[in-house]
Amino acid sequence: MDSFIVITLIKAFVVFAVLMTTLAYLQWVERKVIAHIQVRPGPYRVGPHGLLQPLADVIKLLTKEDLLPSYVNKPLYLAAPFLAITMALLSISVIPFGPVIQVFGYQTMMQLTDLNIGVLFILAASSMGVYGIALAGWSSNNKYALLGGLRSSAQMISYELPMSLAIAAPLLISNTLSLRKLVESQSGSILSWNILHGPFPQIVSFLIFIIAAFAETNRVPFDLPEAENELVAGFHTEYSSMKFASFFMAEYANMITVSCMAVLLFLGGWVAPWPAAYGSSYVPAVIFAAAGLVALYHGANAARQRDKHTLPVFGVIFLMIAGVFLLPIVQLWLIPLFWFCAKTGFILFAFMWVRGTLPRFRYDQLMGFTWKFLFPAAMLNLLVTGFLVAWFS
Amino acid sequence: MISPDVILFVAFALIAVVSAINVVVQTHPISSALSLVGVMGSLAILYLLLGAEFIAAAQVIVYAGAVMVLFVFVIMLLNAGTEVRTGRSFMVQLLGVPLLVALLGLVAYFVQRIYSPRETVHFGGFTGGSAQDIGHALFTTYLLPFEVTSVLILIAILGAVVLARKEMD
Repeated sequence: MDSFIVITLIKAFVVFAVLMTTLAYLQWVERKVIAHIQVRPGPYRVGPHGLLQPLADVIKLLTKEDLLPSYVNKPLYLAAPFLAITMALLSISVIPFGPVIQVFGYQTMMQLTDLNIGVLFILAASSMGVYGIALAGWSSNNKYALLGGLRSSAQMISYELPMSLAIAAPLLISNTLSLRKLVESQSGSILSWNILHGPFPQIVSFLIFIIAAFAETNRVPFDLPEAENELVAGFHTEYSSMKFASFFMAEYANMITVSCMAVLLFLGGWVAPWPAAYGSSYVPAVIFAAAGLVALYHGANAARQRDKHTLPVFGVIFLMIAGVFLLPIVQLWLIPLFWFCAKTGFILFAFMWVRGTLPRFRYDQLMGFTWKFLFPAAMLNLLVTGFLVAWFS
Repeated sequence: MISPDVILFVAFALIAVVSAINVVVQTHPISSALSLVGVMGSLAILYLLLGAEFIAAAQVIVYAGAVMVLFVFVIMLLNAGTEVRTGRSFMVQLLGVPLLVALLGLVAYFVQRIYSPRETVHFGGFTGGSAQDIGHALFTTYLLPFEVTSVLILIAILGAVVLARKEMD
């Protein structure tokens, strides 16, 4: 019992630390990706390649004046950012990152807690997160904030429907609500992932889920609540300093959660694309070794004087990481973690890719799209899946 | 030794009752709506304590998440202000509290008569609350009431659409 509490505390600390670092650096990655899409270098001044930019941003946000406008509804104005960030961080506690592992003789799951209603828990937390944005908009007593809050709550209620229906279809195939069992039901290879598996491949449902996820997290092309050319900054116009940072972090935390959900529901979680018997456990080692060799080659034929010293260091570091992936002791948990992070990272990259590519929808297009197309499509997909699952079982 | 279940039950039952009173006492519609969210949330925790995790999740998603967000949305859209409190009439001042006590007494009496306590409630003693059990019960034992309820809701939606269309013309 005592060791259970200690292990849970350690896991909670590790997950929180990793999540917070990821949140800070996701912003840097996003700025870099969008910069390269638009053919500019992106953040470059603070640290090498702007790597210390997140740190500088945190210091900037912490030291800015925390304004409290005189005309706001004080209790709700203060509660709204707190609510948004709490609900956003809550969902990560049920996300499984890997299988059950042995650490120093203790058996533990790579997950904070495994609820048998895990999927519903995430839906509940995300539906409560709407309050943070709606109340922020209302309590600011500002017309732009109010319009942003209204748009956001209408949008999130509307897109929750197709999203829930899209989630229900793979659940019918996997026949469970626990996220861990969901992944275990997809074990094997890429053909047993829910996106390709079963009586009815869930490609349509995956696309509907991703589209709804963009709207739920208020991202481009559905970022109407913070459309800066119409609404200044939308629901967080009146917020500054750490309160603004809370909304910012909540948006990125929600992005991570929906990416994890997409991976767990459709892309087989931590399951490798092909079985370990055919060498899938060597993929991470090969990728890192290749990266290390490329860095060493460019270090040897350096174009700039500085690269002669930096690139070989990176090359050796990458080769060492590749070596770590070959150690049998850590392979058991590191390789599932690698696949999980790779898939989640790809979906997060897609979020940024879309932001760099697509323009914003008009508000009536946004509503018409979900009610007239996405919702019926998700309904039809669920019906077909249900009939086929009943037929084949 | 009081078990943690009892402490949690008392805490969230208290929060539910206080929030429910707050719904009536608050003068601003948004505060009332948020108090109602508090009631829904603490009810969900009470369901969870009894072992009905699926109903708890449904309570949060449907009532606290969807229904109350719509309430808050409408209040925000109409921008309803603080309600003005009118003076109470003489009859209310005289008979209000005695009638309330009488009503509560009657309700308590009938609950006691109809559902006489055969055994005390044990926290965690109820195990039929998983999604599978609820689904099984809904589609076998309670199939007819379940379907009739869905038809009822459909009628309500159609009624709302008809009324809204009449307004528009």
